[in-house]
Amino acid sequence: MGGKTLTRADLAEAVVEQIGLPRNESQELVELVLAEISNALADGEQVKLSSFGSFGIRAKGQRIGRNPKTGQEVPITPRRVLVFRPSNIMKGRINAGLSRRKAAE
Amino acid sequence: MLKWGTPVIKSELIQKIAAGNPHLFHRDVERIVNVIFDEIIAALARGDRVELRGFGAFTVKHRAPRIGRNPRTGAAVPVDEKFVPFFKTGKELRERLNADA
Repeated sequence: MGGKTLTRADLAEAVVEQIGLPRNESQELVELVLAEISNALADGEQVKLSSFGSFGIRAKGQRIGRNPKTGQEVPITPRRVLVFRPSNIMKGRINAGLSRRKAAE
Repeated sequence: MLKWGTPVIKSELIQKIAAGNPHLFHRDVERIVNVIFDEIIAALARGDRVELRGFGAFTVKHRAPRIGRNPRTGAAVPVDEKFVPFFKTGKELRERLNADA
């Protein structure tokens, strides 16, 4: 597989190339999109992005964990965790892309 | 504690960003948001990963082909290999979600 890691800068670059916006403004917009999603999630709201996927919050109750090294039991405090559910479009494109890559190897 | 109201959808996200950037056409904000998410999918589809510090990282996990079973009949069904997108929440966002806990 490719194995490259993209960052915010690469997403901003895609905006520069495909929309023609200046680089600094593209960077701000990428940041703004992530901030808006984060804010909604921090407020406990679900975020649904059609053709991409949805982010939701799950509340987990307290449970007993174990320190794998010592075997000692430790309580895991109740917490909120983020779950991402990819859309079928996303899953389809990834499977199509990666199966083709694999076949070409 | 948790409000399970109507979810925030993409058009609302676009609306909010457009409202904060009056110099951009609404239609352009829509294109920008779509380019960002499309680029994430495109990266994953060519075998790359996307790491957005503080937010989270998108990666793809490979699931090997296996013999599944129809739970009703017990018949063996071959399940093809597949690639599953996966999101790991970033540290900063994870801490924000639990800030009031």
